[in-house]
Amino acid sequence: MTVISTVKDPENLTLTIVAEFDAPPDRVWDVWENPRKLEQWWGPPTWPATFTRHDFVVGGESRYHMTGPTGETHAGFWQMTAIDKPTRIEFINGLAGPDGEPVPSMPAMSGSVIFEELGARTRMTAVTNFLDAAQMDTMLAMGMAEGMTLAVGQIDELLTTAVV
Amino acid sequence: MVVRDALTDDDVDRIFGALADRTRRDILTRAIERVQSVSALARQYDMSFAAVQKHVAVLERAALIVKEAHGREQLVHANRPTIARAIALLDQYEQLWIDRANQIAAILDSEGEVQ
Repeated sequence: MTVISTVKDPENLTLTIVAEFDAPPDRVWDVWENPRKLEQWWGPPTWPATFTRHDFVVGGESRYHMTGPTGETHAGFWQMTAIDKPTRIEFINGLAGPDGEPVPSMPAMSGSVIFEELGARTRMTAVTNFLDAAQMDTMLAMGMAEGMTLAVGQIDELLTTAVV
Repeated sequence: MVVRDALTDDDVDRIFGALADRTRRDILTRAIERVQSVSALARQYDMSFAAVQKHVAVLERAALIVKEAHGREQLVHANRPTIARAIALLDQYEQLWIDRANQIAAILDSEGEVQ
């Protein structure tokens, strides 16, 4: 199984996913570095991504948009903050305005990805942290708009959560 | 405090029914972003005030939004406590990352066949 574990920390708005792949770290790294490969997996299955820019260096930026089933698009950007090939990537990922450029008031999250060699395999640990709880609602709405609809169990959890 | 008891099948049908319509998803999205008056919502769509009001009523019956009177205005806001919204957000992204990991595995597998 590809995905080994996921941990959700609602207090700190952090999601951690651990996955293992049947390939050495340099090949897993390549799906992040090569924009033609990156766009094959970055978007949700029904919202494929197109990267129009991908400066994969510290301080570099990316621009992408995702195209939905009826042709609508949502744009986003990356700002690379750390790149240690082939072990670590850190970046800011934000939603962009209609012109595809970053908008300070739009939600952003930080991504931190670690690659570990396990013989001929690679363990990838990706941590997503939503930077601003006040932007959570917009993120949620965007996610909904991007076809990341909630499954029955998730809606159940959403509406039955005990609140302290 | 428990916000609601576990959902019945009818509740789930109402939620999915409410979310099956694009206009209603859009109204919910706007209500999540900020509190909206029904009249402000109605101005956003190429349909009658009554039609928008009907969509709002469907969302309200599914307990996805709450309507309250504010003077002469009817205000609409998303019916979710903060922590539940955080969990919903993390759930969305959990599924997204599971999909991403599986898509990466598929790319690596297809490359492996070529080599």
